[in-house]
Amino acid sequence: MEDIVIIGNGISGVTAARHIRKICNQFPNIPNKTITIISSETDYFFSRTALMYVYMGHMTFEQTQPYEKWFWEKNNIGLKKGRVTHIETDRKTLILDDGSEMPFDKLIIATGSKPNRFGWPGQDLKGVMGLYHKQDLDNLESYAPNNRVCKRAVVVGGGLIGIELAEMLNSRHIPVTFLVREDSFWNAVLPDGESAMINRHIRNHHIDLRLGSNLKEIKADENGKVRSVIIAETGEEIACDVVGLTAGVSPNIDFIRSSAIETNRGVKVNRFLETNIQDIYAIGDCAEQHEAIGNRKPVEAVWYTGRMMGETVAQTICGNRMAYDPGHWFNSAKFFDIEYQTYGWVFAKPGTHEKHFHWKHSDDTKCITVSYNSLTREFLGINTFGIRMRHEVFNRWLNEKRDVDYVMTHLSEANFDSEFFARYELEILSAFNNQLQSV
Amino acid sequence: MSLTTPDAQTLTFLQKVALLSGIAGLFIMLLAAFNIHFPNRALFLALSLGLIALGTIVFARQMYLKKSEGIKNDGVWFKSISSRGLIGWLTGVVITGFYIVLYFYPQYLGLATANGANTGLISLFDPLSIILNGKPASQWFVYGTLYTLAILIFGYKFMLKYRHNRYQQLRTVSVMFFQLGFAFLIPEFMARLNESPDYNLPYYDLKSIWPLNYYLFDSWSIKGFLSSGSLGLSLLIFGILSIFVISPILTYKYGKRWYCSWVCGCGALAETVGDPFRHLSSKKLSAWKIERWLIHTVLVFSVIMTTAIIYTYLGNDPNQYWLTRQTFLFSVGGFLTVLFVVVMLFKRHEFGKDAWYGAIGYFTVIAALFILYYSGTTDHVFLIKSSTLRTAYGLYIGSIFSGVIGTGFYPILGNRVWCRFGCPMAAILGFQQRLFSKFRISTNGGQCISCGNCSTYCEMGIDVRAYAQKGENIVRSSCVGCGICAAVCPRGVLKLENGSLKGRVTSNERLPGNAVDLMTLIHEK
Repeated sequence: MEDIVIIGNGISGVTAARHIRKICNQFPNIPNKTITIISSETDYFFSRTALMYVYMGHMTFEQTQPYEKWFWEKNNIGLKKGRVTHIETDRKTLILDDGSEMPFDKLIIATGSKPNRFGWPGQDLKGVMGLYHKQDLDNLESYAPNNRVCKRAVVVGGGLIGIELAEMLNSRHIPVTFLVREDSFWNAVLPDGESAMINRHIRNHHIDLRLGSNLKEIKADENGKVRSVIIAETGEEIACDVVGLTAGVSPNIDFIRSSAIETNRGVKVNRFLETNIQDIYAIGDCAEQHEAIGNRKPVEAVWYTGRMMGETVAQTICGNRMAYDPGHWFNSAKFFDIEYQTYGWVFAKPGTHEKHFHWKHSDDTKCITVSYNSLTREFLGINTFGIRMRHEVFNRWLNEKRDVDYVMTHLSEANFDSEFFARYELEILSAFNNQLQSV
Repeated sequence: MSLTTPDAQTLTFLQKVALLSGIAGLFIMLLAAFNIHFPNRALFLALSLGLIALGTIVFARQMYLKKSEGIKNDGVWFKSISSRGLIGWLTGVVITGFYIVLYFYPQYLGLATANGANTGLISLFDPLSIILNGKPASQWFVYGTLYTLAILIFGYKFMLKYRHNRYQQLRTVSVMFFQLGFAFLIPEFMARLNESPDYNLPYYDLKSIWPLNYYLFDSWSIKGFLSSGSLGLSLLIFGILSIFVISPILTYKYGKRWYCSWVCGCGALAETVGDPFRHLSSKKLSAWKIERWLIHTVLVFSVIMTTAIIYTYLGNDPNQYWLTRQTFLFSVGGFLTVLFVVVMLFKRHEFGKDAWYGAIGYFTVIAALFILYYSGTTDHVFLIKSSTLRTAYGLYIGSIFSGVIGTGFYPILGNRVWCRFGCPMAAILGFQQRLFSKFRISTNGGQCISCGNCSTYCEMGIDVRAYAQKGENIVRSSCVGCGICAAVCPRGVLKLENGSLKGRVTSNERLPGNAVDLMTLIHEK
């Protein structure tokens, strides 16, 4: 019997646990294992990406939990509520915050992220919060239950979580001022045309979007609660009751730094997700690759990479040592009413020999950007807004190294919109051909 | 929860007026129900229905047209009506009460006793009934009118809510059309034919197929068809073709959605009036277990009941029907045996251990047929009168399950209680859908983030997320293809499709972009 302990009950840790159990059940020759997941956040696994829907009243918190309570018992996966404060690598033992110890044979660190705080004055006041943990949601519920208690909220940070928080507050009719450091929303990732369309979409939802605006400080009232924020560029003071800090996330690994495990921004791992200490692995948001894989970042805080690392490490732990090898990049998000998907690489600013074709529908809620190599015409990637595309098809085209002309003429094969939806392939293709003629 | 409600949205002035209009319309009906005599019933009926329709339409327009197009589920779990709050429970009690009075105490609605005239609420509907079918209203006419009106006005509301989604709009237009035309107007006009002595047509909603239409093969119904010339015969043949030919073909091509969420009247009410309650369906595994036993038990019950009924009147009048009792029983048994054998031969692997449940159902029916054959000398089946069996079915399944519980409990158990736990038609179509249909809900590779919107808003209680997060297609007998899971998905993961049967049921452990191919690994070892 081998004791597997997993710190963190997010998608990475839970996927690892599920797959270890699954493999053990399928192959009786693998030595049996006990599996224990430790978390101080919640009793059960929930989908972090769905927290916004709880606040918006679309779902209950219980509905964000993908597995019923019996699931854990049935699969013999132990759940322990507690916070790990230290890892003693020599003794292969965890120290918990209640002073108890927990020995392990193999350890998987899957502690996820925490919201960034850049040392802003007032960042620890009451009413200032990130949006990552279940506790952040509870916090938001108490400081911004409605627009009588919270007369205005300021969201700082123009990324995916920031726009989600703005949408959440907006759903309860709370006026939102949205401070974005860049001069257009998320334009470090999105090309200009797309980013500009999302700016307009945000403003159409009556969000007070302030581009090129940085937070200078957060001011307190006499009770130590948020009273207002000051904008760095203009010195303007905006009265508010809640400040959301959503300027990205970083690995949640402070308690590991005191151990012998090598860390940098995250826990350093090789391609096999192994740390420098034998039998200790790190997966998900908190893991940092020694060398970036392809164009991916060394630390990837993405839902599906967490899931894939969990699947991979489960193989390794069950004796089939396997390298983490993510395929073509893909991702998705939703900006208020506009869905976004991306397959392959489309960079905000095209690199050398990278060319973009951009098409936007006249209703200003749908657009695509196709990236290709201007010399070889190889298709490199696509961003799509308001039109759903098939992952499997783009994955295949990227594998086959199709050229952009093939992709543009076969675009309808990749459409994944619901039946009877209006189709735009012909319009897109003719725009693409016109662009070629004009060049 | 804090004392201050999250939903600080206040009604607009127009919405308040609309609310007043709707309440005034209902108030006229309430007065009529308490036997207040209206001088001009036609005018007041028109006023009542008009005010309700106007109120709903104006309210809905204010609610949705002021917002951008997109998913509109904000605050669903905060509103009392849609979160099993006080208003939700009260609404449930009122609707349930209405159904109990409708089914069991129609005299309280003012139904005429022998030779008398209607009074109360039913008399308010007399003018419309006389225009349509020439006769004074019955409680069923009142019910049918209100049912149709509800589908039309709430269908309009639903279309505004999903005005960005053509699939939702088209299927809503479809159910509105079938309800108004097939369920309401055509049967009323057919009733007019019966003024001539050549016609004796039963009330027949063409789109209501046996076994949902459990009285299709009742003695009076069959006699009615057979005594109504070639029209009657064609209608009966259409009814039988619907069961054995039309519905299997359409289900093969499009899945059971062609019926359940594009045509059916029960589905129509569930998808329009019931839409605000779809998230209340239980997604627990235990609910699924109850569902499977209950719905298939109802199916077996309905098959036995119908067989017994037909068997009985075939015997009562041996000269009237060319079909003899013996031939009939043997053909039912033969048909079921062929069905059972074919399914077991070709689709056994898709059933897995559920084959046992199928076998239990099959042998129950066959055993019943045997008992019928050897014990049924007169009109008795297992020592119970077959008419008693039919009455029991009509009471417990037809009235209490589908009406009182099925609709009355919308605000408590969700809007598809009947379709999910009881409807024998849904069971048959589901069987076809699961075994041989081109329909499936495709999932989009690795894009699922397990958020659970799909499962939450599945009115049939399917845990859609459980499939989507594994990249598996959803091929479930209960899926009615409403398409809301695909609509509410924030990441574009789900799509309803008709495609090739091959590879329809995927058990996909390898998602695109994923290095780990568990299936291959398993086969390697």
